[in-house]
Amino acid sequence: MAAVTAGSGAGSGVGDSPEATGGSTGGGGWRRPHGPLQRYYGPSTAEAAEAAPDPTDINGPHFDPEVFMTKVRSECPLGQLLAREAALGREIRALDSDMQTLLYENYNKFISATDTIRKMKVDFRHMEAEMDDLAANMAAISASSARVSAALQDRHRRGAQLAGVQALLRKLQALVEVPGRLRRWAGTDPARALRCHARARAVLRHYRHLPSFRAIEDESHAIMADLAQRLRTRLREETLDPKELTECVEMLLQLEEPQEELSEEFLSQAGARLEAELVTLEAELPAPDPSGTATTPPPPASDILDFVDRGSSAFVGTLCQLAGSYRALFGGDTGRLEPFAAALATRYFSLLERRQTFFLGCLGDVRQALAAPRPPGKEGPGLPDLLATLAASVLGQLKAVLAYVQLFTARDVAFASLPYFKGEFCVTAVREGLVVAFVRWLCRTARGFADGPAERGAPAAPPALLLLLARLCLDYENSTISYILTLTDEQFPPQDSGPAVTPGPALCAEARAAAQRLLDHYVQVQGAAVAQMLRKSVETRDWLGTVEPRNVRAVMKRVVEDITAIDVQVGQLFEEGVRRAQSSDSSRRAFSVYSSSRAPGRYAPSYTPSAPMDTHLLSNIQKLFSERIDIFSPVEFNKVSVLTGIIKISLKTLLECVRLRTLGRFGLQQVQVDGHYLQLYLWRFASDERVVQGLLDEVAASAAHRCLDPVPMEHSVVELICERG
Amino acid sequence: MEDDAPVIYGLEFQARALTPQTAETDAIRFLVGTQSLRYDNQIHIIDFDDENNIINKNVLLHQVGEIWHISTSPADKGVLSTCYNKTSDTKVMTCAAVWRMPKELESGSHESPDDSSSNTQTLELLCHLDNTAHGNMACVMWEPMGDGKKIISLADNNILLWDLQESSSQAVLSSSAALEGKGQLKFTSGRWSPHHNCTQIATANDTTVRGWDTRSMRQIYCIENAHGQLVRDLDFNPNKQYYLASCGDDCKVKFWDTRNVTEPVKTLEEHSHWVWNVRYNHSHDQLILTGSSDSRVILSNMVSISSEPFGHMVDDDELSDQEDQHQEEKIKEPLQDSVIATYEEHEDSVYAVEWSSADPWLFASLSYDGRLVINRVPRALKYHILL
Repeated sequence: MAAVTAGSGAGSGVGDSPEATGGSTGGGGWRRPHGPLQRYYGPSTAEAAEAAPDPTDINGPHFDPEVFMTKVRSECPLGQLLAREAALGREIRALDSDMQTLLYENYNKFISATDTIRKMKVDFRHMEAEMDDLAANMAAISASSARVSAALQDRHRRGAQLAGVQALLRKLQALVEVPGRLRRWAGTDPARALRCHARARAVLRHYRHLPSFRAIEDESHAIMADLAQRLRTRLREETLDPKELTECVEMLLQLEEPQEELSEEFLSQAGARLEAELVTLEAELPAPDPSGTATTPPPPASDILDFVDRGSSAFVGTLCQLAGSYRALFGGDTGRLEPFAAALATRYFSLLERRQTFFLGCLGDVRQALAAPRPPGKEGPGLPDLLATLAASVLGQLKAVLAYVQLFTARDVAFASLPYFKGEFCVTAVREGLVVAFVRWLCRTARGFADGPAERGAPAAPPALLLLLARLCLDYENSTISYILTLTDEQFPPQDSGPAVTPGPALCAEARAAAQRLLDHYVQVQGAAVAQMLRKSVETRDWLGTVEPRNVRAVMKRVVEDITAIDVQVGQLFEEGVRRAQSSDSSRRAFSVYSSSRAPGRYAPSYTPSAPMDTHLLSNIQKLFSERIDIFSPVEFNKVSVLTGIIKISLKTLLECVRLRTLGRFGLQQVQVDGHYLQLYLWRFASDERVVQGLLDEVAASAAHRCLDPVPMEHSVVELICERG
Repeated sequence: MEDDAPVIYGLEFQARALTPQTAETDAIRFLVGTQSLRYDNQIHIIDFDDENNIINKNVLLHQVGEIWHISTSPADKGVLSTCYNKTSDTKVMTCAAVWRMPKELESGSHESPDDSSSNTQTLELLCHLDNTAHGNMACVMWEPMGDGKKIISLADNNILLWDLQESSSQAVLSSSAALEGKGQLKFTSGRWSPHHNCTQIATANDTTVRGWDTRSMRQIYCIENAHGQLVRDLDFNPNKQYYLASCGDDCKVKFWDTRNVTEPVKTLEEHSHWVWNVRYNHSHDQLILTGSSDSRVILSNMVSISSEPFGHMVDDDELSDQEDQHQEEKIKEPLQDSVIATYEEHEDSVYAVEWSSADPWLFASLSYDGRLVINRVPRALKYHILL
């Protein structure tokens, strides 16, 4: 704006002709003092000017009237030029009047400033005289003050001396009183006595060359020795709570007793105390059950949770406290603490592990639930529910234990930072000792159910329990183990350099083996039950003198019923499994047609007396083409496989039993009817109906061999009887 | 190893009964009794020529009925006993009799196999063991070391001790014992112990194994629930007097010390169905033979409970070089209890297995379809045991 004002001011001086010379000289005089200011305040304008020097911008710093004029004259029409001229004239007038106003104002301010300066000059002259006065007065004051202090100095020194003497006397008095005080407090308040002695000790030691002080020192020493002795006996004899113990040891430390010895004593004392606690805990545990089975009623779950709660709060708390105070007392010397804590923690774990009895408790519950007579009409808890309950409670239990154990590694616990607790503890104690051992133990117990009862005498586990455990183990193999291990590793991160850990897959394999064993055993038990029924029925019947069959024998119906029940039972816990699709969509009707078309062909050669060799040949040839059937073979984890196993065992038994008997004509026919009936109802349970078919064919063939008068029943009659039955 | 291949012989009829000719110690000879309800039953005398690997057979007719059990006299090669079914229209009775075979067959006349079928000969009946008062005969046992004068038969729940008099033409019941109690008390099988001066026998009924003293006819021990299910067979260790093997429907073979009957010494679980037969080798009692209705015969080596000094043997694979064997003997590991071989030549249930009385390395097994298989102990193992 200043530049513009200047420029236009110059312009107005030469009238309406905008001459460059006048503008530039007048503008230069005005512009000069503003240069630095503008440079200071307006870097932006400067920049803008540098950036785009526009000589036609009338307000710009690079305005070139010549160029402007040329431009305007060449570009604008006449009318616009006139208008522009008028506008410029107006602007110039306005700027003129502005400048006059500014000039006037500046002048006024200059006048007032001159006045002020003149007034100040007069005032200063007056002040100078007063300042001189003040300086003189101050000198006088300091002189008199020096005098006063000189006068008082001697007295002050004497006073200070007296005060010093008095303090010394008081101290001496205290020293003299020390033995008395010590004696007084030693009995009642050893801490105070200690504090007192600690204060006096340095002085006494310093002045021991003076006989009177030495007497005092000796006396107090004797007292303190006595006190130390007493503390030691206390430390040794009494069962102190950890806080007292800590205090006691702290005091002894202050008495400059040997550290080594003290730490040892401290640990032994603490050990005894923790031991006592462990023993208390142990006493609360039920006596370990030697038979391993639920012969004694296992403690209810709540008790056990309670137990862990108490164990953790009491034992772990004490241990933490002790370890903390140990560190506080004996500084960095943790070499001895480590094994100590480790040993105790290990013992504690062994206790925790004994709580695995909990699992037995669960099993006992399940067993009871299974054995409990179900109220008629009302279905008891289903197997899946039981399984879920069992699995959940066991898992919950394990988690609880882990949570409690985690107390050991909690951040605020003093020794959590010890290397032992970081590495070895996590891996050895928790992961291996607790989790892995638990899973192993679980598998072992489960296996025990399969192996144990097979031996003589021991009460057999109910089959449903076997099935349940098999499923549980399988679940462990599939998911739970990895879950538990992940959980453990999360909570107790293992050290890289730590001892080798049992890998999850190994545990899984163990669980799987256990599951397999259990399931096999289940099949054997159930198969044996059905087989026993069949064997007894074949052995006790008079096959020679029997009458013409009118019905399927009741035992066969029973067999089918039992197998159906087993099917339901297994179906609750295991998947269906794959059935070899031979005639999967064959209805009962279709199947019976299939067998009826085949059966006569099978029987025919057996009854042709002319060729005894043919029978052989035929059955041998047939055997060549059929696969060898392993009767008691491992089963897969699905319903069909389990059922097939049971059916194979049952039918093979039937075969062997029939071979041991001699049948009459009607005996043969009865076997025929029974066989057909079994075929009708059993094929759908088996994975491969040819297995059922094959075994039943062998039964029929054997029966025909063992028959004195082999006249088979008309097949339609057989069918009819079976339909009716 | 070519001559280690099994030799198979087929009978026309189904068969369950097999025995070695106990009194014969030179020739390998087995007797097989057939089971047929509609034809005359036979006893096949199987001679095995070890040198040439050839089987010679002689057939004797046994017309009284199908044979369930057969045993031979330990003293007289020509004397044997059978348990057979006598069937009438409404009743089946199992009887037992002592027979004599024709003289020329006693030590095996080596006739050619092709004309054997034409000249079947008949057994000469020596005496019946009268069981009208006692029930069905399960088996007949000869006194193992005796002169062929004493036999014991098991009939339902009775143990009957017979004296054969007047050159076996008369059987006199000298003493008997009956098993009393509730439930089904039927003996399934029994063995006469060769120890204790032949005064002990063991019997099996249901799941129980019992020991008896033949002098007082009293029970001396009882293994309750020896097996989970029916006990099928027993055998005594020929070299260790208190050791007994049993097998049964729970697919297991168990070894017992009769002085402590609460727990088996050892249990084998190799079969996948009922084990019908268990036999100790007569001279090397670590060799155990079992036959099962899973159609398999299994030869096991139970070193740890045998009379053989444990740790004496060497590993199989190092047998080839016998020169080195003696030097290395001391450092070698003892052989573990193991299954030596599983024989799968049978296609039907195997109801009988027997060691040869002449050759301790040879045994026969018989399946229901009439197939008799003669096998040998693997040569490597044989040298192992011998050297």
